[in-house]
Amino acid sequence: MAGIAVLESLLATQTLWHAGRATAGTADGESTGHANLDVLLPQRGWPRRALTELLLPADGVGELSLLLPTLARFTRAGATVVLVAPPYLPYAPAWQAAGVDLLQLEVIDATPRDALWAFEQCLRSGACAAVVGWPLQADAAALRRLQVAADSGGCVGFALRDRSHADNPSPAALRLEYSRDGQRTGAWHVRKCRGGPVPAQAFAAGAW
Amino acid sequence: MLWACILLPQLALDAVLRRLPDPSAPLALIGGPAQLRTLHAVNPAAAAAGLRAGMRLTAAHALLPDVAMVDHDPQAEACWQRFLAAWAYRHSSQVSAQWPGCIVLEVRASFGLLGPWPRIEARLREELDALGFTHRIAMAPTPRAARVLAGLRDGLAVVDPAALHDLLDRVPARRALLPDDAGERLHRMGLRELRAVRALPADSVRRRFGLLLLQHLDRLYGNADDPLAYYAPPDRFDSRIELECEVESHTALLFPLRRMIGDLCTCLSIRDGGVQRFVLRLEHEGTHTDVEVGLLAAEREPAMLFELTRGRLERVQLGRPVVAMRLLVRELPPFVPATRDLFEVRMHQALPWSQLRERLRARLGDTAVHRVAPTSDPRPERAWRRVEGAAACIGQAPVRPSRPLWLLPKPIPLRDARLRIVAGPERLESGWWDGDEARRDYYILETSQGQRAWAFAPPGEQGGWMLHGWFA
Repeated sequence: MAGIAVLESLLATQTLWHAGRATAGTADGESTGHANLDVLLPQRGWPRRALTELLLPADGVGELSLLLPTLARFTRAGATVVLVAPPYLPYAPAWQAAGVDLLQLEVIDATPRDALWAFEQCLRSGACAAVVGWPLQADAAALRRLQVAADSGGCVGFALRDRSHADNPSPAALRLEYSRDGQRTGAWHVRKCRGGPVPAQAFAAGAW
Repeated sequence: MLWACILLPQLALDAVLRRLPDPSAPLALIGGPAQLRTLHAVNPAAAAAGLRAGMRLTAAHALLPDVAMVDHDPQAEACWQRFLAAWAYRHSSQVSAQWPGCIVLEVRASFGLLGPWPRIEARLREELDALGFTHRIAMAPTPRAARVLAGLRDGLAVVDPAALHDLLDRVPARRALLPDDAGERLHRMGLRELRAVRALPADSVRRRFGLLLLQHLDRLYGNADDPLAYYAPPDRFDSRIELECEVESHTALLFPLRRMIGDLCTCLSIRDGGVQRFVLRLEHEGTHTDVEVGLLAAEREPAMLFELTRGRLERVQLGRPVVAMRLLVRELPPFVPATRDLFEVRMHQALPWSQLRERLRARLGDTAVHRVAPTSDPRPERAWRRVEGAAACIGQAPVRPSRPLWLLPKPIPLRDARLRIVAGPERLESGWWDGDEARRDYYILETSQGQRAWAFAPPGEQGGWMLHGWFA
């Protein structure tokens, strides 16, 4: 009898997650701008105050199109969005055409070692609404730092990394991986999401 | 208005004494031409031995052989007077160092902030004592009267104009600081007090002593305005610290640096200004290294300025030992604090973007943080530009067919056996006028990995692809 009582009290305080039962997740995420993706995520959007990891097979598979609705919304609201050491030049006319207010978009050039420092500074400062980074030399400890920085700075962080890191554990609150699996169009698979079970479905990255 | 006058009877001597380890040792300031050196001022110990100002140097040596001699520098005296004016500027917004050897400041406006006159006076005396300057202080409704009263008796304070009138009437003509030798002449004529001088017909006084005397009396009694040249804080900052020994590590420079930045920020807050560009000069034997610090907006937060300067300093290779440091600011632009919403929810320890940007620039380099803006050139490599610093607005790009989000800094060959053309061609022919002609057919291609590439080929061909961007 005592054992049952303990279990019930644990469930009541919501410290246990009951597998197989869909919890009514709190929809406090930052909307991704893609309705089909929002539905899949437990917070109904990008997790706030946390790091989201995007795992890519190569650059230019639609990773920016995935983020742009969110980034454009932030910049139009007057909040700063920072790109830390992007791998290519963000092409101003195209970003503008995508609805980004370029006055609020800051680009930081840095060497790979400094980029990690700059990424963490931006996340921690609380001055930026979203920070997008390409941490090339990040290990688990560095990602952990970034995750903590995003939490203390109240910032939505995006780390774009190579798909080869998918098998390594990561402290990021949300991990999305892009893969094509032989089909014509690729899809984003949720590999990890804090606060709910990993959805079986993938998000097809719509038409170009 | 009420004016306080701080008379500095031995400014030159105090300026020398305050930097000596033992001010009580006999000391004399020497002035005059090389053949006829005379004592300009003496400290109490020297005076006790019989030395007097104006005495010949040879006579002084005969009286007291081991007296310390320092050359009198009239410029240093003016410099110290300016220093004290800057100090007085803290207590009043109207400060004048127009008259030699004294500082005049308006104090009534400061009563609300600093308390009644006795409290202000005590405060002035306390601070002057700490700075090491002998002083006499008096207060009166006109600046000239304050100056005269300070010469008569230390601590005299008159608030009521009528009382001032009576008091001035009894001032000896010799002590009323009349122009030229008018005071002495009047005294010899038997006109011992100002009352008697004022009783004379104005016309004959003007003929005998000139207009200046009448003007002086009018201003003294407050019958005429006394235009003063007010002190304005300098619009530059220059501070130098000589190090006790030769320094070869950065850490030993940080303490003096923090002190200099603190001084700078005090100066900035007095001026209500900020600093945007300054030079930290590390002086070696015979040469120097300049560390330039440039910010995108004027700042005056000591901790932030220190951190930024430290960041720049640590990137400097100290090839030679440093013997002195100098902080040079040529311009002090107005400081406009960033406006913040009263109800804005800010995180603990949150940093505004301007400060974050400076921190990033300090470590990554001046050009590391930038924005991008479109331009109207059709050539993709010229259709954008970097924007550094504050830009008020960014223009709208002309409407063109779909453009990639990523642009490669330079087109590179794209080699892929299974390229699929998604869209194109878009013919681009431009730039014949500036020697950088571009004739290209742009296509949107899909690579075997599923990437969308933006590549071009020579006009009319579909091969030899040059990758220029990614549709990410």
